[in-house]
Amino acid sequence: MDFTLPKEHEMARQLFKEFAENEVKPLAQEIDEQHRFPRETVEKMAKYGFMGIPVPKEYGGQGCDTLTYAMCVEELSKVCGTTGVIVSAHTSLCIDPILTFGTEEQKQKYVVPLAKGEKLGAFGLTEPGAGTDAQGQQTKAVLDGDEWVLNGSKCFITNGKEADVYVIFAVTGKVEKRGRVMKEISAFIVEKGTPGFTFGTKENKMGICASSTYELIFTDCRIPKENLLGAQGKGFNIAMHTLDGGRIGIASQALGLAEGALETTINYVKERKQFGRSIGQFQNTQFQLADMATKVEAAKLLVYKAAKKKDEYKTNPKVSYSFEAAQAKLYAAEVAMEVTTKAVQLHGGYGYIKEYGVERMMRDAKITEIYEGTSEVQRMVISAQLLK
Amino acid sequence: MQNLEEYKGVFVFAQQLDNEVSGIAYELLGKAKDLAAPLGAQVTAVLIGSGVEDQCDKLAEYGADRVILVDDPELKEYRTEPYAHALSSVINEFKPEIVLVGATAIGRDLGPTVSARVATGLTADCTVLEIGDFPLVAIPGKEAEQKHNQLLMTRPAFGGNTIATIACPNNRPQMATVRPGVMQKIDPIKGAKAEVVKYNPGFTPNNRYVSIKEVVKAVNDVADIMDAKILVSGGRGVGSAENFKILEDLAAVLGGTVSCSRAVVDSGWKPKELQVGQTGKTVRPNVYFAIGISGAIQHVAGMEESDIIVAINKDEDAPIFDVADYGVVGDLNKIVPQLTEAIKAQIAAK
Amino acid sequence: MKIVVCIKQVPDTKGGVKFNPDGTLDRGAMLAIMNPDDKAGLEAALKLKDQYGAEVTVLTMGLPKATDVLREAIAMGADKGILVTDRVLGGADTWATSTTLAGALRNLDYDLIITGRQAIDGDTAQVGPQIAEHLGLPVISYAQEISVDEKAGTILVKRQYDDRYHMVEAKLPCLVTALSELGTPRYMTPGGIFDACKAEITTWGRADLKDVEDCNLGLAGSPTKIAKASDKVRKGAGEKVVPESPEDAVKYIVGKLTEKHVI
Repeated sequence: MDFTLPKEHEMARQLFKEFAENEVKPLAQEIDEQHRFPRETVEKMAKYGFMGIPVPKEYGGQGCDTLTYAMCVEELSKVCGTTGVIVSAHTSLCIDPILTFGTEEQKQKYVVPLAKGEKLGAFGLTEPGAGTDAQGQQTKAVLDGDEWVLNGSKCFITNGKEADVYVIFAVTGKVEKRGRVMKEISAFIVEKGTPGFTFGTKENKMGICASSTYELIFTDCRIPKENLLGAQGKGFNIAMHTLDGGRIGIASQALGLAEGALETTINYVKERKQFGRSIGQFQNTQFQLADMATKVEAAKLLVYKAAKKKDEYKTNPKVSYSFEAAQAKLYAAEVAMEVTTKAVQLHGGYGYIKEYGVERMMRDAKITEIYEGTSEVQRMVISAQLLK
Repeated sequence: MQNLEEYKGVFVFAQQLDNEVSGIAYELLGKAKDLAAPLGAQVTAVLIGSGVEDQCDKLAEYGADRVILVDDPELKEYRTEPYAHALSSVINEFKPEIVLVGATAIGRDLGPTVSARVATGLTADCTVLEIGDFPLVAIPGKEAEQKHNQLLMTRPAFGGNTIATIACPNNRPQMATVRPGVMQKIDPIKGAKAEVVKYNPGFTPNNRYVSIKEVVKAVNDVADIMDAKILVSGGRGVGSAENFKILEDLAAVLGGTVSCSRAVVDSGWKPKELQVGQTGKTVRPNVYFAIGISGAIQHVAGMEESDIIVAINKDEDAPIFDVADYGVVGDLNKIVPQLTEAIKAQIAAK
Repeated sequence: MKIVVCIKQVPDTKGGVKFNPDGTLDRGAMLAIMNPDDKAGLEAALKLKDQYGAEVTVLTMGLPKATDVLREAIAMGADKGILVTDRVLGGADTWATSTTLAGALRNLDYDLIITGRQAIDGDTAQVGPQIAEHLGLPVISYAQEISVDEKAGTILVKRQYDDRYHMVEAKLPCLVTALSELGTPRYMTPGGIFDACKAEITTWGRADLKDVEDCNLGLAGSPTKIAKASDKVRKGAGEKVVPESPEDAVKYIVGKLTEKHVI
């Protein structure tokens, strides 16, 4: 087992770090305070290929692996959790299912502009009455001639109003499974601007404030028949598969937030003086930092392992990375919350004000324990595998 | 192989712009006189241009014993090729031991081209020039190999973080470009005359001659504090946006630029572009005045590499004094305006 | 159009220089980066590539690890990289460096050679003009803007001086030294990095240099010799005075400024 990163990953990290420092960090506080989606950053990321990192070159992507993509989300999130999740939702939740389950035509039509960053992607599964429990879905799709007609709504959708292409889940009928009548769920590709597709309220959030989180409303929204993604009735599998990948993105975001808070804190405790010495010279500070750094490193290993596992799946579809992704997300999210909270505490009063950014990281970290499956759901996924 | 003994005299490239000799040429003549003394050598200014003969007397007043004048219509504006041809022809013809060139945007182009053409070494951006031995200390048993009367050229490198002393023992001439503002010109000797030697090697344009399509003399636009040689920086202690006037006055007499600390930007007294420090810009001027700046570590991180730091603060324990070369405890409102007047007076007297 | 950009790997001084506890420079602790002026020159070349489809070759002389900057350049969009490395080339001053690079360039086809104005470790600004001299090319230093007229075979350069600029036209082939103003360098792309890591880097040694004599190479071929080198010890607190009156304060400051030749 080799823990040394290959040359290309080292260089990619350097690239993401420089980009994050120069282009993302200067905006982080401002967009958080103004709850403003950083469109200019998305354009720059598109220019440099960040919007299609794990996508093959023939589909407009960079032809890199999942680890490179995870490192990108990580480095962006070190300085701005919002920017990290924009890339994560776009890549993992929108491009990945189309690339995995889409037809060649769908890939050419949607993946190419998405991977080039000409279009932004989003994913709509959650509904007011249905979180990870896909059976609670209320949105319906009915085939009418050559078109599917969608009715219903989706909530808490990341990249909500800013996206151009949406992967949407809806109930397309009923099936009997082991004697129970279950909803049949299918996946669809919906373009912004389709008549009947509108936006509801923008959510006012605790963290990742600059991310555009919206309700999506479908009222007799007619989409072409060929926009069915995968086979009819395969929506649940597609959703679960997609979330496995999404969790690697969120785990990377959580990891980045924790690392960013740790780095900021290390710099701070070297400078800040109390009782005539830097607070880094106090044993309490040292021990706290030691724990924080150790947990961050453990989280990093889990995240990178899950990313590598997803790449194995690419060549061998029998490989599952669900377990690794759940562990990575569970642990990285909890570490992010713990480390950012400690970072605020070690900054004292300066941690509670906005100047050093650690309070923002703490607010941003909380969502990583919630979205794309709460920590409790991750524990269910992990334990289900253990007790299989 | 060169016969090193043939090479005599200290030559200075007398840079002129718009047919007016630049200050750097006088500084170089001042240094050339120092270097010529222990060598028992003559100081020669090489004046290159078109219609510049009237400048010869000034060069004499500043210490040139002789002026070699290369005057040709091709030499109207500075261009690498005709100038490099002029200076290297002078070197080949007159065989100087030492050639000094100003480290200006002209000299740093001409110097390397000429040194390559006459096949000798060139040391860039020197701040100290002396005559001495190479090696500095003779290698035991090889005392005879130590060379005397060598030009020892000291220069900073690595953004000023290291210094090196360099010699050019086996090639002639020994060439250096010299940083402007470092060497001292002599008090001009009124009425001094130099021997003027006119020399024209002939100029035949070839592929290396470029054509100048346009000359635009710069108007100073918005000051970039990262380029400033002198920064007059104010902090919260300045008290108000209006009171920055006294800092601006000081900056004006010194040809410097005003910058500030973060507190000043936060108070809305100055724009963010002028902020020095961790969340602002990192600056390395020759002189940094920290006025009414307490010296928080975040500020210091952005200016501690300045060559000279002068701090004025009424708080004797302000951390800025930990990094200042010259710290003055006192009231900036009284000191700064008087300082401006004193400097103005001193410059006027020169 | 064929463009060769000469680049150098240098220790990064941005964000402060690292020191050892004894006050000497800690070179090992500093990242090795592509020299900033060279990177601006590369950006200018890549812009010309975007415009005219030029072929961009990057050339460096250094230790084998200098391939890192060649790969970085390829990840930014350069087409190929050449490393000149040989033990006999070590310790070169600007003369010996320029003879080496000129020896390498004689093997190449080019319409335009771009070098950075100067490297942040040596700050000499000499190698570019010296290469031009060895190759008999016109040189335009301190370029702020460039544009090429491919048909006429000319280049138009905004050449900066201390108090003015000239718009200068030269015939190609020509050598230009780049100021950082020439262009904010683009970032690499992730896919570019993956390609660059697979790219073949041409490596040349002494034997591959054309029309260069041994006496002009490496430490032995360097006319300038280091008599003494020292790392400047970082300064701590200087003097602090508490003058009786503002007049005394002014006298003190003026005295120091005069002593240091500031005024």
